[in-house]
Amino acid sequence: MDEEYDVIVLGTGLTECILSGLLSVDGKKVLHMDRNDYYGGDSASLNLTQLYRKFRPNQTPPADLGRDRDYAVDLIPKFIIASGELTKILVHTDVTRYLEFKQIAGSFVYRDGRISKVPSTELEAVKSPLMGLFEKRRAKKFFEFLQGWRDEDPVTHQGNAFVNSGINLDTDSMKAVYEKFGLEPGTQDFIGHAMALYLDDDYIDKPARPTYDRIVLYTSSMARYGKSPYIYPLYGLGELPQSFARLSAIYGGTYMLDKKIDEIITDADGKFVGVRSGTETVKAKQVIGDPSYFGAGAEVGDGGRLRVIEEKRVIRAICILKHPIPGTDGSDSVQIVIPQNQVNRRNGEYLDLQHTLIPDLELDIYIAMVSSTHNVCAKDVYVAIVSTIVETSKPELEIQPGLQLLGSIYEKFVTVSPLYMPLSTGEADNIFITRSYDATSHFETVVDDVKDVWGRVTGKDLVLKQRNPEEAEQQE
Amino acid sequence: MSKQFQFKLVLLGESAVGKSSLVLRFVKDQFDDYRESTIGAAFLTQTVTLDDQTIVKFEIWDTAGQERYKAPMYYRNANCAVVVYDITQASSLDKARTWIRELQRQADPSIVIALCGNKTDLTARRQITQEEAKKYADEEGLMWFETSAKTGEGVSEVFTAIAKKLPLSAPSSRTNAARGTAAARQGVDLNRQTTTQGSNEACNC
Ligand SMILES: Nc1nc2c(ncn2[C@@H]2O[C@H](COP(=O)(O)OP(=O)(O)O)[C@@H](O)[C@H]2O)c(=O)[nH]1
Ligand SMILES: [Mg+2]
Repeated sequence: MDEEYDVIVLGTGLTECILSGLLSVDGKKVLHMDRNDYYGGDSASLNLTQLYRKFRPNQTPPADLGRDRDYAVDLIPKFIIASGELTKILVHTDVTRYLEFKQIAGSFVYRDGRISKVPSTELEAVKSPLMGLFEKRRAKKFFEFLQGWRDEDPVTHQGNAFVNSGINLDTDSMKAVYEKFGLEPGTQDFIGHAMALYLDDDYIDKPARPTYDRIVLYTSSMARYGKSPYIYPLYGLGELPQSFARLSAIYGGTYMLDKKIDEIITDADGKFVGVRSGTETVKAKQVIGDPSYFGAGAEVGDGGRLRVIEEKRVIRAICILKHPIPGTDGSDSVQIVIPQNQVNRRNGEYLDLQHTLIPDLELDIYIAMVSSTHNVCAKDVYVAIVSTIVETSKPELEIQPGLQLLGSIYEKFVTVSPLYMPLSTGEADNIFITRSYDATSHFETVVDDVKDVWGRVTGKDLVLKQRNPEEAEQQE
Repeated sequence: MSKQFQFKLVLLGESAVGKSSLVLRFVKDQFDDYRESTIGAAFLTQTVTLDDQTIVKFEIWDTAGQERYKAPMYYRNANCAVVVYDITQASSLDKARTWIRELQRQADPSIVIALCGNKTDLTARRQITQEEAKKYADEEGLMWFETSAKTGEGVSEVFTAIAKKLPLSAPSSRTNAARGTAAARQGVDLNRQTTTQGSNEACNC
């Protein structure tokens, strides 16, 4: 391996594969490596054999789960929000030609001890048990105000008769906006957590703009296909990195899987030189990789140098069910947000205290479920992942409220994963490290990371050029 | 009017056996010693017209150099596969066998598989006899061919034979496209822009 590359990419997670694809399209000579013999890294989808090898090394998959090849079980619970940035990248790079998407059937929120649909249309809102009659009117005004907002038109900032002074999204807090419309705490809770998808209540005292953006993203995504704001690739999330890897490959990217990376070689100044695998060394100008290639989890870090730091931990319980989640109308796929304000638990006891603000835990629990409709498991099997950011020393107790909503659980695989972030920007040493997949329910933060790394690696902003379909698909 | 059917065809086999060259010969009737024909192409298309005027359109997926590191997505929903070996490289038939086992395990059970020994123009360097390859193909119930992408010998025959073997009894799909081909996508269409909020969603590229 004496060839020299522009960029070596380590790890085939979605973040790395998007970057690899975009860099190859941009004309860079890319070498893309992974220690595993499959694509996807932490964002892979595994078949039964791979799943049991990972979580139950001494056990063969039970025969009644069906055929190995019918399974593609995601390791991280995320969906694609329809009007989000990942959708734009999928369309602009044209990798959609490798993929087929289906909607996620429903978006639910846990409230007052039960699961309710997050209203997606005015009609649903009127019928929704989430709000009383007068509250529905106030909420309607609130959503009309959001929908009518134009930055350049002050008339739209007035909202309506309920609001006597104009709202400034950049200086007014979200709390102030809620109060102007007189929304009840329970309504604020479902808007902030089930629509804006905030994991805790910190956003309330901050300027309203980001919350406005998130609600608009949610509602415009909802409007796009109807049932929920989310779409999902058939055969699992692992198809996403594979499709970008193919994009990279057809633009000349070189792939090497099942390759142990033994050393990140740097020069006397600490600048990147190359990577070593066994006795082979490959050189490149820059390296991009996920934290696991740069000492994440190791005692002394990578070569004694600390390059990544643990920010938080996420607990994820992959649960195999033989039935849909109770209370979801038998939906074949759902997201359920369990706002922490809606649950309380002490010493592992789960108490359903309605309308009680909880002192000890702050972060929401999410459930993401898919099934054979999305070609990720055998018929009549459902795969749900319950997750939250870890706040205590007993993470598995923290997700109990979520697990209890699932009914009987056939098999459960639990992981507690540290979320790593890089300690430096890479501009000084040409070592660019991506972030772990966080606890958010969609891929928007992944795209933020892609854009951020792209900016630092190439020194320019990411501009998505549409590939010419004529050029891409030669016709006869 | 003649009927048209569309199928996804994947190429498999060790690197340098001539997969890309076979595609280039079939699609453009060219041969090039050095050029990589598939740069930037997600897949190539070519049609075969059968005796009864039925048109079979192949959506041909080349490995793009990823042959050693199989991505399940690559042969997902493939209707047919051409597994290529190089008649001058004994080891390449072993690789082909590995691939065929993989397809038999993971791909759609109805997949049509053709085993193809390439580089017949290099007879002097032959290491794999016709008998050996044919015997294996018969045992596994595969079609078997020999080709030279360089001279063009036998190439179109491979694709015509596959076209004849594919189920042309009008698939239920409205487009007559088999599952897996771009034309047969039935899920949500990401390229569809919503008109209601289109203005700020339109791309500025
Ligand atoms: N003599 C001869 N050379 C061939 C033939 N087919 C391909 N090659 C050469 O074999 C090498 C590898 O071909 P390529 O199509 O890139 O193989 P791939 O890696 O399987 O796609 C190239 O140098 C080709 O020119 C053939 O039929 N006869
Ligand atoms: Mg090739």
